[in-house]
This record gives sequence, C-alpha cells and structure tokens, in this order.
Amino acid sequence: MLYFSKLRILFITLFSVLFILIASSNLFKFDDNFFDKKINLGLDLQGGSYLLLEIDNEPVIEQKLQNLTTTIRNYFKEKNIKINNIKIENQNIFFNVIENDKQIILDVFQDENSDLNPYYPRFKSHQLEIEDTGFNFKVNFSRQGLIKLKTSSQDQAIEIVRRRVDEVGTNEPNILKRGNNRILVELPGLDDPMRIKSLLGKTANLTFRFVTNDENDRFGVEKLKFENGLEEATVSKRIIISGENLLDAQPKMDTQANQTIVSFTLDRVGAKRFGKATSTGIGKQLAIVLDGKIISAPVVRDTIASGSGQISGGFTFQTATDLALLLRSGALPAPLEIIEERTVGPDLGQDSINAGMFALAIGFMLVIIFMFVKYKIFGLITNVTLIVNLFILLGVLTLFEATLTLPGIAGIILTVGMAVDANVLIFERIKEELKDETNNILAFDSGYTKSRTAILDANITTLLAAIILFFMGSGPVKGFAVTLGVGIFTTLFSVYFIARLFTSIYVSRNKDKGKLI
Amino acid sequence: MIAFNKYYNHFNLLSSVLIVVSLLLLIFKGLNFGIDFKGGTLIELRASDSKINVSSLRDRFNQMDLGDVSVKKFGNDTDFLVKFENKDNKKNIIEEIKVNLDKSFGNNYDFRRVENVGPKVSAELLKSGVIAISLSLALMLIYIWIRFEWQFSLGAILALFHDVIVTLGVFSLFSLEINLSIIAAVLTIVGYSMNDTVVIFDRVRENLRKYSDIKIFELTNISINETLSRTIITSATTLLALLAIYFFGGEILKGFSLAMILGVVFGTYSSIYIANTVLVRLRVSQKTVLRDEEDKK
Repeated sequence: MLYFSKLRILFITLFSVLFILIASSNLFKFDDNFFDKKINLGLDLQGGSYLLLEIDNEPVIEQKLQNLTTTIRNYFKEKNIKINNIKIENQNIFFNVIENDKQIILDVFQDENSDLNPYYPRFKSHQLEIEDTGFNFKVNFSRQGLIKLKTSSQDQAIEIVRRRVDEVGTNEPNILKRGNNRILVELPGLDDPMRIKSLLGKTANLTFRFVTNDENDRFGVEKLKFENGLEEATVSKRIIISGENLLDAQPKMDTQANQTIVSFTLDRVGAKRFGKATSTGIGKQLAIVLDGKIISAPVVRDTIASGSGQISGGFTFQTATDLALLLRSGALPAPLEIIEERTVGPDLGQDSINAGMFALAIGFMLVIIFMFVKYKIFGLITNVTLIVNLFILLGVLTLFEATLTLPGIAGIILTVGMAVDANVLIFERIKEELKDETNNILAFDSGYTKSRTAILDANITTLLAAIILFFMGSGPVKGFAVTLGVGIFTTLFSVYFIARLFTSIYVSRNKDKGKLI
Repeated sequence: MIAFNKYYNHFNLLSSVLIVVSLLLLIFKGLNFGIDFKGGTLIELRASDSKINVSSLRDRFNQMDLGDVSVKKFGNDTDFLVKFENKDNKKNIIEEIKVNLDKSFGNNYDFRRVENVGPKVSAELLKSGVIAISLSLALMLIYIWIRFEWQFSLGAILALFHDVIVTLGVFSLFSLEINLSIIAAVLTIVGYSMNDTVVIFDRVRENLRKYSDIKIFELTNISINETLSRTIITSATTLLALLAIYFFGGEILKGFSLAMILGVVFGTYSSIYIANTVLVRLRVSQKTVLRDEEDKK
C-alpha cells in the first residue's frame, strides 16, 4: 500500500494542480476558456427571486370542450346523424343519438385514422374517450389527451412568460418547465419582484367589442365591469379584433389631452376588420376589454382605416408601459398562479456569504489545530491533505459550474469535519498494528489495508444519503447534497492518493526510528 | 479499557424512555412546521429605526387581518422575522403590507427576505420530505443487509430510528421549527449515524472471526474500545465544524446545525449503546458470521 510508481506520483500531482487552478479561477481571471469558469451562486447567496407558477388549465379545458361540442355536431351532421341534448357537465360532454346510430358513433370515435378523435400510436391512446352509459354518450379527454393539452398550454405559456420577463430586462433569468403544468422562474439579482409578479399574474386577453343594448344580439351579450369597478356596461360577445391582431404597442404621451395612452398597430387582417367595424359603427361605443374588465369604451367618431389606434384609460406612465408590454408579448393561454415565491435581498445574500465563509474558516482552523495536536506530523499530513481536498472540491464544483447555496457552504464545512474520519481510521489502525509489529513499513501497510472496508462502508452510507437528498430536495437543499456528495469523492481521492503519498515518503525515510505514530 | 457493557441495560432503558417520550411528544404536541410544510408567508425585516420593535410590529401586523401572525427577533436587535398563514393566498399581500408599514414607519425598514409558499406546494414538500427520509432508511437497511448479517442490520436500523426519532423529539419539545433544511439535516444524520455504527460493526465482525471463545457481551466491549479513539476524534472534528456553523454561520443555518449537532451526539451514543446491545440480545456468535460466509460460498 505504500509503494507509489513515479508515473502515479506525476498523475496525482498533475490532477491536484489542475483542480487547484480551476478552483482559483473563481478569484482570478484567466484568458483561457477552460479555466475561466466560476461557481454559480444560488439565489440565497447572490440575492434574487424564485417564482413557481402553476398554469390553471381549467378554462383551457372548458374552452376546448366547448369547441368540441360544435365540432361533433357539425361532423355528424355531414353524416346525417342528429346529435341531441349535447351539454357539458364536470368536464364531460354528454349527448344522445337514436339507437340505430349508436354503433356509427362508437366506430368513429374508436377509428385510429379518425380526424375527430386523433390517435397517438406512441401511447396507444386516443385524445378522447367515449363511453355508452346506456342512457347517453359520455365523452371526455383521455389521460394522454389531457397530458397533450397541458404540455401544449405549458409550451405556449413558457414562451409568453419568457417574453414578458425579457421585456422587463432582468439579468440572466432562468425559466424552466416543471412537470406538465408548472413554470419555474429564477431572477437573479432582483430584490423586488412586484412588477414581474403583477405582469405574470395577468392573462392579457385583449378584445375590442361594441357596447350594445340589443338583448337579441346574434352572438350573445354579457355584462362587464369597468376597470375602476364602479360602472358596468353590456357588451356584445362578438369580437372585432383581439390581442392576436396586434403587431406592436407602445406607451405614448397624448399632448393634446395631456394624458398617457397606449398606441397600437394592427396586422393586415386586424386593420381591415377594425376599419370595417369603425365605418359601420360610427356613433357607437367600442369597449376595450382586458381580462374581462373594460379599460375604456370610447365613442367611434371616424373610420379608422390606418390600422393603428390608441387606448386611453386614465393610465399613469407606469401602467401604460406595462399594458403595452403585456400587449406586445401576447396573451397567456391560461391564467397563471404564483404558488411559491422566495426572494432574498442582495445584502442578506452578501451577509450569508460572509457568515458562511467565516464559519468555514473557523471550522477549518479548529479541525486543523485539533488534528495537529492529536497526531503531530501525521496531523500535519492530514491538514495539508485537507487543504488540497478543499481546493479539489471547489475545483470540481467550478468545473461543473455547480450552484453554491448557503446549505452548500454548510456541506463543505461538514465535509471538512468528516473528511478527517478516513485518515483517523487509518492512523488508529496503524497504531494498533504497531502494538505487535516492529517494522514500520509492514504496520503502515496493513493499517491501510485493514481499514479499507470500514472507510468504504462509511462513505457509501453518507453518499446514499446525499444522492437521495439530491433527487428529492429542492433549491438550496440540493446545493447541500451536491457539496456533500462531491466532498465524499474528493475526500477519498485525497486520503488514498495525496495523504498516502506523503505518508509513504515520510515512513520510508524514517522507517528505523521506532514507532512513528 | 472502559467497561461500556456494564451499562448496556441502563442505557437501553434510558433509550426506550427517550423514544417513548419522543413519540408521545410527536403524537400529542406535534412538530412546529415552518411555512415550507405548512404554507404561509415569511418576511425577514431589518429596521433602521428604534421605534420598530417586536411589539410595534405585532400591533401593525395584527391590524392587517392576516390571521395568526408571529413576530420574533431574528439574530440581532434590528432584524425581525414575521410569519403568517396567508390563508386566502392573497396575491398582492406583500405590496399591501409595505403600504401599511410605510404609514407608521416611513422608509426606515427593509424587507431582506420574503418567502411565500402556497398550500399545494407545502403539501408536496412535506410529502417528498417524508419519502426522502423513509427512502434513505430503506436504502441503508438494504446496504447493511448486503454487507452484514441480518442481526447487524437490525441493530443498525434500530440505532438509526432512535437517532431520528429522538432528534425530532427534541425539536418537538422545544417547538423548534421544522423546515426544508431540517430534512436535509435528518438525512445527513442518518448517513452519519450509519457511518459510525458500520465502523464498530466492522470491528465486531473481524473480532468474531478472530476469537471463538469470547462471548458477544465481552466482544462488543472490546470492539467499542478498539474503535473508541476514532469514534471520539471523528465526532469531535465533526462537532467542531458544526459548532462553527452554529455560532458563525448566520441565523438561517442555526436550526440546521443544531439538528446536526444533536444527531451527531445521538448517533455516536446509539452506535455504542443501541446497535451493539442488539447483537448481544440476539446472541450473535462466531457461528453467525461463519455460517453466513459458508452460505455465500
């Protein structure tokens, strides 16, 4: 166990130096791409905001089912089958047909090439499930159908979220999918997420609709409140133009009326429809509806054929800016709810770094002093190894650009405390061997060999705990699992290669000096 | 040589009492779950005006109709931790609070940390915490079962249960907060306690092979003594590191390091007084080890 070939010594030295260099790239700037890496600081250390958003898919499902009732009715009308009593209840569509048509309905829904009910061969499942309750048919989304629907609304939502966050211009945001109905937004350096939260909390569904008193409107009418919550108006459900028709929106100062407005430009389709509606609707009130509330309802005075217009509604410059931003980035497919928020101010982050580093320094000093007092020269060897171990650990974290969190720093300190365990096991074993063995080399050799199983067992158990923590833990706790887990490998490396190398050099030079430990 | 075995019965009794008391505490008093597991809102606030103190803050917050509000000092005199349930999960609650506090305190305070955990997320976090701890115990059981004979696995697992339950018992007794980092601490305790037990067991097994004429009662004592200096040194260095975190690592890591300190103390104790006594009570002998090895061949 004490013999080292020259090649191996070279390898150990190179390896250690490499990682020390990588670790030091956190302090110095290297021109080289390989060395110029840095450990990422977690949000708890650099300050920032962590938001977990959940997509409320209920309205999307409702809407899809609503569309489906029309589709089903039209589809079978072409086949001369009359669908009766079609209705939606608890996310199920129910309908009746006459007895003779029942089989045709089932065949259509279960046909793998049906356009009405897409089939996903990969999952061996249709989008919709149909059940003959005996009394009527019950149609609902299959498990796969629901998953497809959720992932597609998640895909759309994450795109919109990204646009909105980018528009605000925070530094290196991290926007990720979680499961099939959540979006994680990490905003480093942002200590007041209020604005982003209010921007993400809005669906931003914009529609232009006429105010009407005609109860027999072909499209139906609905009563909507104004933004201020005081007044109400009856509005047609017919949509003249919607947010999708917008090409651009910008906040502007209307110098004549001395108020802030949002001016917008429409695409070709939108401009055409807007022009037509304004020419036929002169004298009528056009309601501008955002997320079910009327922003304003100006009277149409002229035909607007230019494809651009403006929205006024008692905005401040800030609210106009935000509205323009929301309109530019587009509407979310479904409302988002913030279900978890964690925000740390930058000064607390800095305080945590300072406290963590101070604790690391103190812990390190205490352990080093203890080991030196206890083992003298071998304590010194352990301590040098411990320092190298710390650098290699930091080097590995840097190499993988791992995220360091406050619990992660605790993990490093704990690694320092536990790293000496392997060396202690070895030294204590050697001491025992030296009781009946006078040859130092033989005693050291068998000390290393006999302590190996205990060391492996001990480290594997800690590693198992770290692995579970890594997969089950979230955020800062994951950082702890990373440092603890990586720490085990670097510790084993430094004990079996670096400390053993030093030990072997010392022992072979002093083998005749009586008991060495 | 220290006669640890003289006190096997005494400490077994003590441990049984500790476990029963801890279980009773956990059942009847329960744990003080933080917002991670209970849901709610947490605000860490730093004041730059001496007018802002626990009672003036409490007054202000109680007027805001937030449900149960707890206001505590956090570390030093200018830092406070405010927690409330936020039952209706109001969206702009932080903004409302800021407006409200501005009225009484002006600009003389600063929110250093805001955490808001919805009920769905907290339920999930609790579930995954429980799964993580159970999974780690199961994995340890499997590992030790592969490496040792079943009597050893039983001893190690009982020691682990003891450490986890008694640590949680202390947290319940003093109403210390259980949050995500405590789960991390408990998992690390599981790893550490196992580590400690394995080292002694390794020696017991080695000695069982070596000596056929020494009874397990004596043999465990010899093994404990042979590994004692390692046990003490490793516990000492680990505790030194943990004490450094506890005293200097800042307020946020206090609970975590305290749980770890308790765990290391209980873990070291249980390796000696629980894991080994299980071997004695199951009358483990040289045959146990040798028979198993023949089986494996």
